[in-house]
Amino acid sequence: MADDLDTLKNDTLAALTAAQDHAQWDAVRVGTLGKSGALTGLLKQLGKLDPQERKERGQALNRLRDELNAAVEVRGREIEEKALQARLQSERVDVTMPAPAISVGAIHPISRTIEEMSAIFGAMGFSVAEGPDIESQWHNFSALNTPEHHPARTEQDTFYLPPKPGQAEPRVLRTQTSGVQVRTMLGQEPPIRIIAPGRTYRADHDATHSPMFHQCEGLVIDRGITLGHLKGCLIEFLRVFFDKPDLPVRFRASYFPFTEPSMEVDIGWSKTTGEIGSGSDWLEVLGSGMVHPRVLANCGLDPAEWQGFAFGMGIERLAMLKNGIPDLRSFYDSDLRWLRHYGFSAFSPATLTEGV
Amino acid sequence: MKFSLSWLREHLDFTASVEDICARLNGIGLEVEGVDDPSERVVGFRTAKILEAHRHPDADRLQVCRVAGGAGSENVQVVCGAPNARAGLHVIFAPPGTYVPGSGITIKAGQIRGQDSGGMLCSLRELGLGEESDGIAELPDTAPIGIPYAQFAKLDDPVVEISITPNRGDALSIRGIARDLAAAGMGHLKPWLTEAVEGDFPSPLAWKTEHPGCPYIVGRVIRGVKNGPSPDWLRRRLESVGVKPISALVDVTNYLTYDLGRPLHVFDVKKLNGSTLTVTQAARETFRALDGKDYVLGTDDMVIVDDAGVQSLAGLIGGEASGVDDDTTDVFVESALFDAVRIALTGRRLAIHTDARQRFERGIDPALVLNGLEAATSMILDLCGGEAGEITEAGNLPDWKRTATLRFERLETLGGVSMTPDDAVLSLEHLGFAVIERDEDRAVFAVPSWRNDVARGNALAQAASLDEGRAAVASRHVDQIEAECDLIEEVLRLYGLDSVPPVSLPLSTMISAPALSPLQSRNGLLRRICAARGLMETVGFSFVAHEDALLFGDVPESQRLLNPIATDLDQLRPTPLINLARALSRNLARGLGVNGDGALFEVGPSFDATGQHLRLAGLRGGLTAREPGQPSREPTLWDAKADLMAAILALGVPEASLSVTADAPGFYHPGRSGLVRQGPKVALGSFGELHPGIVKALGLNGTVVAFEVYLDAVPLPKNKRRTAPALSSLQPVRRDFAFLAGPDVQVQAVLKAARMADRNLIQDVRLFDVFEGASLPEGHRSIGIEVVLQPQDESLTDARLDAVSKAVEAAVLKATGATLRR
Repeated sequence: MADDLDTLKNDTLAALTAAQDHAQWDAVRVGTLGKSGALTGLLKQLGKLDPQERKERGQALNRLRDELNAAVEVRGREIEEKALQARLQSERVDVTMPAPAISVGAIHPISRTIEEMSAIFGAMGFSVAEGPDIESQWHNFSALNTPEHHPARTEQDTFYLPPKPGQAEPRVLRTQTSGVQVRTMLGQEPPIRIIAPGRTYRADHDATHSPMFHQCEGLVIDRGITLGHLKGCLIEFLRVFFDKPDLPVRFRASYFPFTEPSMEVDIGWSKTTGEIGSGSDWLEVLGSGMVHPRVLANCGLDPAEWQGFAFGMGIERLAMLKNGIPDLRSFYDSDLRWLRHYGFSAFSPATLTEGV
Repeated sequence: MKFSLSWLREHLDFTASVEDICARLNGIGLEVEGVDDPSERVVGFRTAKILEAHRHPDADRLQVCRVAGGAGSENVQVVCGAPNARAGLHVIFAPPGTYVPGSGITIKAGQIRGQDSGGMLCSLRELGLGEESDGIAELPDTAPIGIPYAQFAKLDDPVVEISITPNRGDALSIRGIARDLAAAGMGHLKPWLTEAVEGDFPSPLAWKTEHPGCPYIVGRVIRGVKNGPSPDWLRRRLESVGVKPISALVDVTNYLTYDLGRPLHVFDVKKLNGSTLTVTQAARETFRALDGKDYVLGTDDMVIVDDAGVQSLAGLIGGEASGVDDDTTDVFVESALFDAVRIALTGRRLAIHTDARQRFERGIDPALVLNGLEAATSMILDLCGGEAGEITEAGNLPDWKRTATLRFERLETLGGVSMTPDDAVLSLEHLGFAVIERDEDRAVFAVPSWRNDVARGNALAQAASLDEGRAAVASRHVDQIEAECDLIEEVLRLYGLDSVPPVSLPLSTMISAPALSPLQSRNGLLRRICAARGLMETVGFSFVAHEDALLFGDVPESQRLLNPIATDLDQLRPTPLINLARALSRNLARGLGVNGDGALFEVGPSFDATGQHLRLAGLRGGLTAREPGQPSREPTLWDAKADLMAAILALGVPEASLSVTADAPGFYHPGRSGLVRQGPKVALGSFGELHPGIVKALGLNGTVVAFEVYLDAVPLPKNKRRTAPALSSLQPVRRDFAFLAGPDVQVQAVLKAARMADRNLIQDVRLFDVFEGASLPEGHRSIGIEVVLQPQDESLTDARLDAVSKAVEAAVLKATGATLRR
């Protein structure tokens, strides 16, 4: 190789080694291999040589060009890599810092419990019925075989509102959602299978009573519905609701004006641990019974043809038992800490497929 | 209702344990509230005798006693501080290991001032049985030595308390409970007979009844009685059920009230005036009752009067003036039938809670009016001596006899049990129902006098809206069916409801239809959307303080409670925002809500003059969280508007159909709030900053923003089926425009005009900038919008772009007067 090419080669390689960043490297590249680079210049001069000389010189130049191209490329990658490393080093952050918080809300346990009840009874063919919170005394009491002098009608138990214009009888804030059942019986022909969850009101306020609370009542009317169906339906509900396939369920005779026979329903639990389904104690969770023939007749159904059962349960009470919530009043206090603690994710609605 | 096992034994032969009795009571509808076994509280205490007592060598006030306390403690040294400890005294002894309920300690053997003491001599207070006393309890000399004190004091007699449902007046008696237990297989009911006592002299007093609430009343004078404390057995019995013994004459009435459920009253004859007692209406008198209280009577109340005035509030409580005392020699015993409703109303109004009221209210056994009087006569003659006069009476015993028919198949077709007719009939016979007729399919029973709840035939209250024919069909068999249900209920509760086999409800299809209607299920969707947006769901009372409600607008008296439980819970709320604002205030006061979590919502009812409406309401206050490089901030009305729009759009309302007007309700900041409307008339919701005055009135600080969705006004989406979208493969072209807009120009109008300028090409119009400043004319704004053009089939030419731009400019100018800035 000619001396001038050796010199060019050595100078270029030295300059490449000396280049520390992209600009310096690019200057070397352009200075040697660019349009007006040294090597390019030598290549342009080839045409002036005689053929033999041109061939040798051309081969030497081409070799050198390939060699330098490769060296430039390698050095280029080295500098690029170095620059990347420097950038990565400079961009380092304290990854232990918390990500910006996004506030997350929650679904109230009462709504959640109603959803769970709707899902379970829905699977048994019930639909959800609703009605007004303000009822006539007939809807709330008389239709349900609760006579006028019944203690439940006293001011100590029931909230009253002024009568409708032109009427004499004060209206009531419903003490139970049974008015919905009455409306349903008046409004549709059997078979009927509904639950009626909703707000209810009683004039009571202490540690275990709230002037407003929620009840879920149910009504099944058909031909041939027996007390056996009542038991089957409620046992299935309670076992799915509490997710305890072997939950002990006990039925005790009781009395309600609107059902006969009437019974209270207990589930097994442990008084000492509070655990549902274990232990030797019983906890009342439901009232139920076969719909009283007078209630059917009051709502226009012939009790000789139609019969069925009804039940009612406190939604807060069941929510407390299921979720271990100790205090009834906390449901309505809207304390953010409580809501966060007992609330449910918006993204897991109560479904039977995911489990209630 | 309380009873002791020993009292129960008066009526029931049984060998069952108290646990078994309680389990059975629970099963048959007599719910056990509690069992109190007094002997459990005094375990370990024994009867004993002090053999010797000497002064403690090192303590003036202590004595060193030798005590005989039975097996293992024949001669124990006990140091005792009681002044009355003395040799020969029979005492209560607590050996080491005994827990002393009165002081909460457990006795240990030890030394007191250097003297061994192997137990303790006790006062009744230390056993939890008596008042403070000066010394240890002194037992009679006849007390045996070394037996459990509970046995000696007859405390080994558990008392069961049960709750009685309103239909079971008959179970407010120990005999009634015994009858139920016997029928439930827990023993044999003993016969109860009372002998009629012949009167020895004509009655010096006569009854008269002129009140419809008293159909029948009887009485008799017993003269020459000697009143005083009752014998121990009677006192103990009454005490066991929580009744304070008073005197033999009074105790007899209380005993029979509990024993038979037959309330009675005794008058001191010498304190009565005239010879006639009349049951009549009160006349607004003030009456001093046996409890020492004065009651102001009305005109409906039923009273018993003599020539001097009211002597008794019928069926509730006797009068002080004519009550018996230790000097009573002649007594007049009253036994009557009083109307349950009348007694309940007066008792409730005057807040009189007596054993008599409790029983009359639920209905008493009409056949016991006379027998109860005879039973009382016998007892009084036994305990107090004297001679009985002839019975006097007024009115007539009403005909209480009723029948009820049971079709045996109904046990299965209603009750869900297969049992033999014989078993069913036997159960009912045990309860006192007597078979009148029976064939293969059915039996007709006579209802016993004490079962007021069976086959009553109350009046119907059929819906006014029913047509006559339907009402008639529905009511034609109801009395027979109710009576039959009554019988089935009796049979089933004795058979055991737990023995009825459970059956799954039949399903008409494998998969049930959705439980929720589309209108109902969207409430769940809204809850999830709000929670996902960072709002916490709350549940607030439907009633709020009237004053709070006034802040939020229309507060009609028709929605104000007549009998609120508290003054701050008296008005049905015009909006759930009131509860949310109060809740936010409480949370902020607790130092919460400063991390972007001061955000609450509720889906619940609101009330106005037209009735009840369903609303979604949300509220944001407090501060967002501080982040590195980002200080905390207060919420803005845009947060509330975003919440509102997210909710409305989630319900499927087309965005293009919405518009905003600036006429939100008055509780918002008038310049920073709006109504979202669909069409010109229907308002779907509101949003904005709460009015500063309201923020202050509710004790809140800073900016509070709110929104409401009027759910009743939001329609369901019309067409669920979606058309296929045109997904162009060509890139959209974005063009920015800036308009100079006068003071009255609304951004909404600019956006709408631009969007409508070329409906085929313009896919979207967005606001990207609003600028006000000195460089613009006074009150003017520069409104920057981005118009997105979506070509469908071919790329846009410059000419087409130019034409669209001109169309946008012209449309905005025409609609709003705003001019393009160049």
